Amino acid sequence: MKNADKKRVLREMLFARRFEERCYEAYVERKIGGFLHLYPGEEACAIGVLEAAKVGHDYVITSYRDHIHAIKSGADPKKVMAELYARETGVSKGRGGSMHIFDIANRFMGGYALVGGPFPLAAGIAKGIQMQGGDEICICFLGDAANNQGTFHESLNMAKIWNLPVLYVCENNLYGIGTRIDRSTAVIDQYKRVSGYNIPSAQEDGQDVDLVYKAANKAIRHVRAGKGPYFLELMTYRYRGHSMSDSNAYRAKTEERMWSGRDPVIMLRDRLIEAGQLTHDEFKEMDTEILDEIEDEIIRYAAESPEPPASEVGRYVLAENDPWVKGGVQ
Amino acid sequence: MADIMMWEALVRAHDEEMANDPMVIAMGEDIGVVGGTYKATLGLYDKYGEQRVIDTPISENGYTGLGIGASFLGVRPIIEIMSVNFAWLAMDQIFNTAAKVRYMSGGQLEAPVVIRSPGGTAHQLGSQHSARMEKVFMGVAGLRVVTPSSPRQAYGLLKSAVRCNDPVFINEHELMYNMKGDVPAEEYFHPLEGSEIAREGRDVTLFGYNISVHWCLKAAGLLSKHHGIEAEVIDLFALSPLDREGIRNSVNKTHRAVIVEEAEPAVGVAAEVMAIINEECFFELDAAPVRVSALNVPIPYNHAMEKAALPDENDVVDAVRKMFGV
Ligand SMILES: Cc1ncc(C[n+]2csc(CCOP(=O)(O)OP(=O)(O)O)c2C)c(N)n1
Ligand SMILES: [Mg+2]
Repeated sequence: MKNADKKRVLREMLFARRFEERCYEAYVERKIGGFLHLYPGEEACAIGVLEAAKVGHDYVITSYRDHIHAIKSGADPKKVMAELYARETGVSKGRGGSMHIFDIANRFMGGYALVGGPFPLAAGIAKGIQMQGGDEICICFLGDAANNQGTFHESLNMAKIWNLPVLYVCENNLYGIGTRIDRSTAVIDQYKRVSGYNIPSAQEDGQDVDLVYKAANKAIRHVRAGKGPYFLELMTYRYRGHSMSDSNAYRAKTEERMWSGRDPVIMLRDRLIEAGQLTHDEFKEMDTEILDEIEDEIIRYAAESPEPPASEVGRYVLAENDPWVKGGVQ
Repeated sequence: MADIMMWEALVRAHDEEMANDPMVIAMGEDIGVVGGTYKATLGLYDKYGEQRVIDTPISENGYTGLGIGASFLGVRPIIEIMSVNFAWLAMDQIFNTAAKVRYMSGGQLEAPVVIRSPGGTAHQLGSQHSARMEKVFMGVAGLRVVTPSSPRQAYGLLKSAVRCNDPVFINEHELMYNMKGDVPAEEYFHPLEGSEIAREGRDVTLFGYNISVHWCLKAAGLLSKHHGIEAEVIDLFALSPLDREGIRNSVNKTHRAVIVEEAEPAVGVAAEVMAIINEECFFELDAAPVRVSALNVPIPYNHAMEKAALPDENDVVDAVRKMFGV
């Protein structure tokens, strides 16, 4: 990563942190409903990988923990927040919610709630890319526990035999809700699991955005060069419970402390300060600016936006006025 | 007009659509080199190559999801699931993704996939190869369900399904691939909504779909010959959405309805048609609607037991006779 970009990346990670913390508050205030899965602690994963991708050109798909992936892909944070507020101005017009952020104009192909669901969708998007003949790739972010779904194995197999341009990124935060990985999974190192499909893979520290960026660059170069799928495992940790309804009582305090000592935002901040590229005051200023932006622009936009009219509940079930329903225009 | 078998009609529809649009692909187990378990893609592998006629691994949820993902980018996959019994494994992607993605993305994304699969009960295939699953598919919003009763419908429905921007499930029948019938020589697109009057009549309406249309037609012939009852037969080739107007029009004319399905009765096509009759034309009825369904059992291997579990034209005749007290 170029030095000039690092400050911006720091800002993006700090923004991601503050955005998610504000979501937490809005949920407590009952402005956001449903299931809400937050990303604090894992920022370097989505932001580091997508920093190495061509956002808006490459396709991105992920699970329900999707706000930051969408924003880094180019989605307007105002419209992401408006979606959480269930407004007509939301990215998915208030029909999707936190787990179903979509921004197709930016090729953010969605957040999906079924664990493991996006694995084959990503392979299919890659098949579409292959048929169109472009140099895009599809990047699929999913959790560690998702790898115990059949779709993981089915998709890796198909991606390999058909040489599809897809990068699978495993955000290994060591838990699937409250079940620690060693209690659910026979092989702890996820990158080793793909060797059975003859797919190249790597494991990287997911808290260090520089390292994530480097590893992602290598992975993306491989996939874009037409060499087929790649699997990148990032070791990370989520600070909050799995979702807002999770008590988070199953993790040892010592474990939590260990991980918060390797905070991705603080690590990059300190590195930039040490290198003389940032001062403490500048960082504080950046933080204040972000907090103001979230409050004055993003939350305000969401809160002031109209809800979708209930009379439109029947829209978007099927295509509107599709001529082939009547057997075409004859 | 050409008198061809249903599998030949399906090959023709695939071939024309693949020739028309390079983004149309076919995928499924043994559909390429082998040409399909029921020959619905015979010869296409040689013509269009392995990039477009894809032999998939035995990963129903995986390849169905892959087809759906590809459809996000404008690919138009025709996915064959070898037997509808295996479609249970793909329910996650069909229901959770294909049927819902347009809605939950606020209309930004669509999944124009076609999923075809032979359902129904053939001869002594046992419990795990005899599912009739159309009721499952038609119960979920966001999916179209059609089911051909003739080579003409099989051809025209597949062609329209490929071009339509909604996900379409085509419920075919294992026993009907060798059925012969007229298919127009010129290109033909069958509507995906509506119903057809397979036989005009005035005394009672027999509603059927797919194979049960043929039981209804046979029963109508017997009823006319032996009892002077003129039954109308309505072919419900579209199961989702069902043709409320067509159902209403026929019941308004005959004032009696018998619904015939090959599946178990609970939560089924007949139950749904009855509900529509209730809602649309209850006061036109001269008798309570009746359904003729399979028994509520897994399908047995034993031939006599299998026959006992399934309805046929005689059960339809009996139901009508009982209704008329003759
Ligand atoms: C098919 C399916 N099964 C179960 C669930 C409930 N569930 C939601 S998230 C989750 C854990 C997933 O963990 P992981 O894949 O590691 O992702 P993380 O949440 O840690 O990012 C479970 C069990 C679900 N949404 N979908
Ligand atoms: Mg996890």
